[in-house]
Amino acid sequence: MGDFLRPLHRRIMLAIALAIVGSCVWLLNWEWLPKYMPVILSGIWITAWMTVVTMVLGMVCAVLLGIAQAAGPVWLAWPAKAYCTVIRGTPLLLQLWLLYFGLGSFFPLFPEIRQSFLWPILRQAWPYAVLALTMSVAGYEGEVMRGAFKGVPHGQLEAAKAMGMPRFTAFRRIWLPQAVHRALPTIGGETVLQMKSTPLIATISIFDIYGVARRITQDTLIVYEPLLMLAVVYMTMAGIIVLFFRWLESRLPTRTA
Amino acid sequence: MKKIALALAAALAFGTAANAAPVKVGIAAEPYPPFASPDAAGNWTGWEVDIINAVCKAAEMECKITPVAWEGIIPSLTGGQIDAIMASMSITAEREKVIDFSDKYYNTPTVIVAAKGSGLKPTPESLKGKIIGVQVSTIHEAYVKAHFPESELKTYQTTDEGFQDLAAGRIDASQADSIAIDAFMATDAGKACCEVIGAVADDPAILGAGVGVGLRKGDTALKDKFNAAIKKIREDGTYDEITKKYFSSSIYGN
Repeated sequence: MGDFLRPLHRRIMLAIALAIVGSCVWLLNWEWLPKYMPVILSGIWITAWMTVVTMVLGMVCAVLLGIAQAAGPVWLAWPAKAYCTVIRGTPLLLQLWLLYFGLGSFFPLFPEIRQSFLWPILRQAWPYAVLALTMSVAGYEGEVMRGAFKGVPHGQLEAAKAMGMPRFTAFRRIWLPQAVHRALPTIGGETVLQMKSTPLIATISIFDIYGVARRITQDTLIVYEPLLMLAVVYMTMAGIIVLFFRWLESRLPTRTA
Repeated sequence: MKKIALALAAALAFGTAANAAPVKVGIAAEPYPPFASPDAAGNWTGWEVDIINAVCKAAEMECKITPVAWEGIIPSLTGGQIDAIMASMSITAEREKVIDFSDKYYNTPTVIVAAKGSGLKPTPESLKGKIIGVQVSTIHEAYVKAHFPESELKTYQTTDEGFQDLAAGRIDASQADSIAIDAFMATDAGKACCEVIGAVADDPAILGAGVGVGLRKGDTALKDKFNAAIKKIREDGTYDEITKKYFSSSIYGN
């Protein structure tokens, strides 16, 4: 810390940063914060689990889409490619609304849906959000994984085959780990992007942290402070994601042939 | 002395120029038929748009209709991007802390719509445990919170999204202005799915004293102009004429 602060410009910049934070705390209006704390926390929770769940589910789909494109037969590779192109070629907001409002407009045509055991799930908004966000991750990461699978040297797979390793074992122990390792820095960045896509779900009546900030503005007519809070929350979450992926990368052995 | 006179003259000249600048009347960018909605060419039409034009004509003001997202409409007014709000904004004590209002220019009953044959009534007992959809940060949200504490509240960015979920069956009822609900009930989706179950019990403290023109605090000159103009079009029959074009009955209230 002493070394870090020795250059004058760093000390000046630190003083400026502290002054900005201090003036934000003292000059702006934060009275609403305690009153809204419970909803803010629930909003952060929704944003967090939305990001994690859709990222995990999406990556599972992405591995399948990637391998289908990199090594699958044509009848698998082609639909996978088409899927990735469609998902990457349309706005996520549109996909979300097509799922939520589009499917919703079919419900009146089939009233029996409302009697089915699925109805308690279908009537809520979060399943559509999870589906849309997962499909989006799958589309983008499917392309990333295709590249990652193709990037693994072919000789390694041939060597595994030559040693009599079954195909699936070779995939599990050689191809997938190396592909994931190659893609990991990209996936880390994409996870941050995914977290920053979650505010879209506020448009289908889910109160994630963005929805909560908006509602605070609408209730109290205070504009800047909730937005600043939003910025701090997203930056903190992005920081956690970056640190997590840095840790993950350091954990993975970098043994390559 | 001469300098002061010159400065005064300049100020007067610029003052007149400033007066000639059009009054920017903010409307909600989200369509709210039959009050304000863009036609296929993007021109805003509807009862409220006609009233804005009539009021501005009566007050001999040049007005410019400026669509602003509903949630940002009050900050736009206080920030000076617009000069008045005529976006079906109810006069409430909460809003009067931040902005001023003219006299009301309409006041409609608040009603609840539900699925056909649901047997629901607009009472707390009947709506207990049911999901009620409203537009976020409106008097309807405040009303449901206060009067239907045992119902589940679901908020939407627009009333229309709430109606869509009502038609889809995701919510049990929607509370809104009678006119918004009448417009929905006139659509095929509305006719097929739903019926009006009646008006809620009045609560002026929440439901407000009707809809007025929102103005910056202290902008009394503009407020007086709007009040005089509203009075004028009420008296000379322009108001009723416009209302007749859109509604079957008066929406001015008592």
